Amino acid sequence: MRLSLGILLLALFLSVASMATEDKYQFENEQQRSLFAELSKELRCPKCQNQNLADSDAMIAADLKRKVHELVLAGQDKEQVIAYMKQRYGDFVYYQPPVNSMTIWLWLLPVLFIVIAVLGVVLSRKKVNVSLDDKQLQRAKELLESDK
Amino acid sequence: MKKLLILPLLAFAGLLVFLYQGLFSDPREHKSTLLEHTMPAFTLPDLMDTDRNYTAEVFNGQVTLLNVWGVWCITCAIELPYLTQLQQEGKHIVGLYYDQDIDPDFGVKTVARVQQEVTQKLTQLGNPYAFNIFDVKRDLSLDLGVTGAPETFLIDQQGRIRLHHIGDLNPRVWKNKFAPLYQQLVAEL
Repeated sequence: MRLSLGILLLALFLSVASMATEDKYQFENEQQRSLFAELSKELRCPKCQNQNLADSDAMIAADLKRKVHELVLAGQDKEQVIAYMKQRYGDFVYYQPPVNSMTIWLWLLPVLFIVIAVLGVVLSRKKVNVSLDDKQLQRAKELLESDK
Repeated sequence: MKKLLILPLLAFAGLLVFLYQGLFSDPREHKSTLLEHTMPAFTLPDLMDTDRNYTAEVFNGQVTLLNVWGVWCITCAIELPYLTQLQQEGKHIVGLYYDQDIDPDFGVKTVARVQQEVTQKLTQLGNPYAFNIFDVKRDLSLDLGVTGAPETFLIDQQGRIRLHHIGDLNPRVWKNKFAPLYQQLVAEL
C-alpha cells in the first residue's frame, strides 16, 4: 500500500516536471510533443554554437523553436522540419553531418588508420629463419640425448 | 623498411598543419545557403510608417546593401557611422530592423517607443538607410538565415542575394569582401 502510494506520487511529480518544461508550447497530441522535444535536441543553435535549441536561451533559438513548433503543428514530419532549417541555416544547423566528399573522411580516416596500422604490424614482423642444416641437427640431437 | 618509419612523422606533420589552421578559422563562418537565390517572399511594414508595406520586389533594379540591425545591438551602433559614410558615397542601403522587446516572449514595447529610439539613435550616429523594413516577428530574418545582428547582405539588381556577411561592416571587410563584387554588380547596371 505504502509502496504503491509512493509510486503514484513519484509518477505525479514526474508528469508535472515534464509538463513544466514544455507548457510554453501546446500540442494536439503526444506524438507532436515528442517530435518537438526530439527536434529541439537535435537541431543546433546557429548563434551559440555547441548548444542545441532546447538548451539555448538565445533569441534565435527561441525563434527557431517557435518555428519548429509551428511546423510540427502544421503536420510536418521530422525530415521536413530538418530540411526547412537546413535550407535556411545550412547543414550546420543539424547535429548529424551529411555524407559528402568533405565529410566522408570522418568515417574513412579511422578505418584507414586501422588498416594501415594492422598492415604495418604484419609487414614489420621479422621472419625468423628456422631451417637447420644436417650438422646443426646432429648437434641438437646429441644435446637432447645427453640431457636425458 | 627504414623508409616506412617516416610515415608516422608525415602523419604527425599533417595533423600539425590541420590543427594549426584550426587556430585561425572562424567557427561562425559558414556559407550562406541562400547565395544566388532570389530574396524570399515577404510583406512587411516600414519601420517609421507601419501602414506602408514592402515586398521582395522593392530590391529590383538597383544594387542594395541590406543591413540587419537594432538599437539594442552594440556592434550595430559601431558600424552605423561607417555605413553612413558608404551611403554618402552613393550606396543604396536598406535596413532590416527587428526588436526583441516588442515580442511578447521577451517583453513589451510599443511600436511608437521603438520608432522613438530608432530616430534618436540615427540622429546621434548617422542615418545610412534609405528606409527600414520592420521584421516584426523576425520571419524574414529566419528565412534569410540571420543568426543575429549585425549582418549584411549584398543584393543585386535582379533581387538575388550575392553575399551574406555575419558581423560588422568595416573598411577592411568592405575592401576585401564587398568591394570587388559590388563594383562588378554596379558595372552591370
